[in-house]
Amino acid sequence: MQDFGHAFSLAFQLMWAADPDLMEIIGLSLRVSLTAMTISCAIALPIGAALGMIRFRGRGAAIILLNALMGLPPVVVGLCVYLMLSRAGPMGWLGLLYTPTAMIIAQSILITPIIAALSRQVIEDLHAEYAEQFRSMCVPTRTAIAALLWDARYSLLTVALAGFGRAVAEVGAVIIVGGNIDHLTRVMTTAIALETSKGDLSLALALGMVLLLIALVINAGVMAVRMTAARFAYA
Amino acid sequence: MLCGKLLKFGVAVVSSAFFMAGIAQAEESIIVQSTTSTQNSGLYKHLLPLFKNKSGITVNVVAVGTGQAIKNAQNCDGDVLLVHAKPAEEKFVKNGYGVKRTDVMYNDFIIVGPPEDPAKVGRMKDAPDALKKISNAKAIFASRGDNSGTHKKEVRLWKAADINPKGASGKWYRETGSGMGATLNTGVGMGAYVMTDRATWISFKNKGDYKILVEGDDDLFNQYGVILVNPKKCPKVNQAAGQTFIKWLIGEDGQKAIANYKLGGKQLFFPNANKGQS
Repeated sequence: MQDFGHAFSLAFQLMWAADPDLMEIIGLSLRVSLTAMTISCAIALPIGAALGMIRFRGRGAAIILLNALMGLPPVVVGLCVYLMLSRAGPMGWLGLLYTPTAMIIAQSILITPIIAALSRQVIEDLHAEYAEQFRSMCVPTRTAIAALLWDARYSLLTVALAGFGRAVAEVGAVIIVGGNIDHLTRVMTTAIALETSKGDLSLALALGMVLLLIALVINAGVMAVRMTAARFAYA
Repeated sequence: MLCGKLLKFGVAVVSSAFFMAGIAQAEESIIVQSTTSTQNSGLYKHLLPLFKNKSGITVNVVAVGTGQAIKNAQNCDGDVLLVHAKPAEEKFVKNGYGVKRTDVMYNDFIIVGPPEDPAKVGRMKDAPDALKKISNAKAIFASRGDNSGTHKKEVRLWKAADINPKGASGKWYRETGSGMGATLNTGVGMGAYVMTDRATWISFKNKGDYKILVEGDDDLFNQYGVILVNPKKCPKVNQAAGQTFIKWLIGEDGQKAIANYKLGGKQLFFPNANKGQS
């Protein structure tokens, strides 16, 4: 396969030359997906923690629903957000369609269930260890949730990264609500889709490699933070 | 409280994201709903900087199939519509969604296929006859199947050939339901005949050993038209800037710029505004 070899050298050239168009696309990809991840964490972590430790009627159904929502197809999310934000839709007056904000909204909806469902499992497991202590010390629920979230922070970091990975890799939602507009809403995945449709398969593949490289750098960075923190904790 | 802090942070992030979107809109810009063929061929990359220099207006192009572009424009999600399906465009104007339709440029459709040419349609001119031969040979034909301008044209040609290929859908007639480039990728991959516009074909880089087999029929004419979305239906339309863009496009400068766009020495689009307006 000469395509792979060619793509590899092309990816290297693109990164080496720091092609300004590519940098802009990478920057937007990161901005959109990291923002979506942050918003989703703010919403999903408290929900996941609450579901993980509070017992209530219908909890089982809620967990099943949440787990099922992890399988939300990006295209469907994109379509729903499009219909909401379209000028003909109920939130059209905001003028958000075809902006990075619309892409952030779509990705947030996509990954909130993932972060909530995974953090629910993490918190539930940790709570099994802590439950007795909480009871004996009469810790109020809100304090307990905060304590669990804090103590599970490293596992939750991985959860957040799973959400980020899903967001930065999806194309179905952002291409509908963002429109893949050059210099405005073009991100890595929509650029890859565009180059594929132009038949420029090696450039598309090269962009894919660059995307993978970014994911690698981010994960390595998080790992480094985690290890440094762990060293300080046990020092 | 940690969750309180998280929530506050979340609110701050969301509001700043909205704020940034507000800034982005301060600059004068319009959204053009258009087709993949015009974008994939690089035409907009050639035209838009010229227009921006002249007018200061940023043109944001959303490139989708003609069917979807028209649907989006009907939802008021665009200021200008530039597509290639005249009957559908005229209907769009007639139903009050567009102000007026003007011809902009043309090129033509071609049928490409593998060099073995199993249905022996090479060098044929009559497109419906070629389709008849393909259908008789049960040779694989990859259709867009996505209600795009190209697809609508293809359906009309099958009708002219008096064949209903839908009966063989999934057998020799394969509807990809995707864009021109994706359909060409699929077609080249499975040795199918594909009908494509010439601009996409010239700029397409995954041709393999494929060749142009059918071309030159009057039936294969491919006209592009431009329409301003009607402010009466869509009050948010940026009428002034949209009108400026259309005026430039069909005026002397725009028409010249279209004619000057070449790829590998070949002209991709031929300007023809003011020659047969509707």
